[in-house]
Amino acid sequence: MENNTKKLRHGSRKAFYLKMVSGSLIRRASRLIIAVLAIAIGATILSGLVAIYYDIPEQLGREFRSYGANLIVLPRGEAKITREILKSLENLIGANKIVGMAPYRYQTVKINEQPYIVAGTDLAQAQKNSPFWYIKGEWGDLTDVDSVMIGNEIAETLNLKLGDVFMIQGVKYGEQAEASGQNLSAAENQKRDTARQNFHKNLKVRGIVSTGGAEEGFIFVDIDMLDDLIGDIFRADVIECSIVADANELANISSKIEKDIPELQPRAVRRLTQSQDIVLGKLQALVLLVTVVVLIITMISVYTTMMAMVAERRREIALKKALGAENRLVMSELLGEGVLLGIIGGALGVFLGFEFALRVSLNVFGRGINFQWLLIPVTIAVFVVITVAASIIPVRKVMDIHPAIVLKGE
Amino acid sequence: MAEKILELKNVSKIYGSLKALADINLSVNAGDWLSIMGPSGSGKTTMINIIGCMDTPSLGNVILDNVDISRENAASLTRIRRDKIGLIFQQFHLISYLTAVENVMVAQYYHSMPDEDEAMEALEKVGLKDRAHHLPAQLSGGEQQRVCIARALINSPQILLGDEPTGNLDEENERIVVDIFRRLHDEGVTIIIVTHDPEVGDVAQRKIILEHGKIIDDIDQSATFGEALKLKGK
Repeated sequence: MENNTKKLRHGSRKAFYLKMVSGSLIRRASRLIIAVLAIAIGATILSGLVAIYYDIPEQLGREFRSYGANLIVLPRGEAKITREILKSLENLIGANKIVGMAPYRYQTVKINEQPYIVAGTDLAQAQKNSPFWYIKGEWGDLTDVDSVMIGNEIAETLNLKLGDVFMIQGVKYGEQAEASGQNLSAAENQKRDTARQNFHKNLKVRGIVSTGGAEEGFIFVDIDMLDDLIGDIFRADVIECSIVADANELANISSKIEKDIPELQPRAVRRLTQSQDIVLGKLQALVLLVTVVVLIITMISVYTTMMAMVAERRREIALKKALGAENRLVMSELLGEGVLLGIIGGALGVFLGFEFALRVSLNVFGRGINFQWLLIPVTIAVFVVITVAASIIPVRKVMDIHPAIVLKGE
Repeated sequence: MAEKILELKNVSKIYGSLKALADINLSVNAGDWLSIMGPSGSGKTTMINIIGCMDTPSLGNVILDNVDISRENAASLTRIRRDKIGLIFQQFHLISYLTAVENVMVAQYYHSMPDEDEAMEALEKVGLKDRAHHLPAQLSGGEQQRVCIARALINSPQILLGDEPTGNLDEENERIVVDIFRRLHDEGVTIIIVTHDPEVGDVAQRKIILEHGKIIDDIDQSATFGEALKLKGK
């Protein structure tokens, strides 16, 4: 204490003002704990909700990505999509926004002389795009490219089960298919299909895909294996993208693709992006509403506490006025205490709020959130403003206190 | 001839039909020690509030240090009080969360600039230097009143005004406080004290008696002034 007062020896008014304000709070801590708690609880809820508010689009966006691709990219005109174009697209969107980006090449093949469609893709990316597919067995991968996934419809038609082997046949890229000779036997037709311009390969059923959609009619294989089989380089018919973005961002990305990569034609899946935006909008409105309610409740709480404080300290205020303090000086001291309360409560609330937001995010979305450093000054500033605003009416009561009446002897 | 520091000319204070002060005339010279006595409801507190610039008269004029303050507004009276009056209260009225020296510095803070050295000197004058860093709750009643006196003196006021300054003190502390007033009087400080205590009233140079808002007696005690002080000092 002595060290502190030594600083005031040739002192300044500002230093003594701070000493009075902090002394009042520190030495009357038990009286002010309720006010600090009220502000801290308000700040906890506010900073927690704001942290969630800013994290919801990211968190929910990723949740929505499990409902499938939200951007389909097609080649413009007859040309197909090359690997270079695919790379350009990936760079344009940005790796941090891409949940999955799966190119698809469709190839007609025959199984037992019946036509079927093989979809060559990057199976790992396709899995990221479509985590909702129900797979009996396992997803295909690069460890064994001859073990593939078939649609449930094909499995039922061909009576294929997990582990069964079946043969696909077809015409290599750029070769002409010959119509089956009507006068030839099936054995002769099969012999002709195995000629040089054709391909054939035995594949093993590793997984059976059920989606309730068109996917059940495809055979899913690794796109590079398909390219090798048909004797061609990488040429995709379509790219399915799952991107963390709302409708506006997606529209921006689409126009950028159209502008920068004219070979491509992007199409946003509106049904998904619109649903995402509606849910997000409602959630954010709810968070905003709760935040406003919390701020109002905090203001009322601070107002009543300050009102009680001014009433309780009537004698002290009267004494200060009797000693020659002008109203504005006494009011500035009380407001200074309010500011300090706001700073302490706001600072406490920021850290408790982050803990609150983290727990909510872990429980609801199963993911943590990043600490927003900006929340520290913003929350403290908001609560300083709230405390000061809530203190104005109680502090103005200082003007009604007359020292002669309050300090009269007994 | 001593300079007139305070003059009340035909001062009345009227609350509805009640005349708390009725046509009071009083003048006090610089360096005087005046005690104001009278029964409860006689107008002592009203008079000291008007002299201390905490109230204004309904009628008449109050001349403080050659300035008529009777029609000043509240802000102006606050300024005058801060610069010219040192107040001592019956209930001490120290700020509970500030130490003794900080309580003295509060008066400096509102007046001009807080200076701990000066505040310590004021506490030394009232014999409390070694208790300077104690909170009011850690001080006895007498010590608290001495802090209050140090605070009243710190800005070198023209009038030291006490409202029952010994009212809450035991005999020993009353003697210490009166002794401090005596030393201040020797230094030329003008002292005006309201008191119920005849012994404290008797030690002043001059005593006025109030009743029903009027001065019924104005006693010059100059002749017995030194004697009374000696008796009080016993």
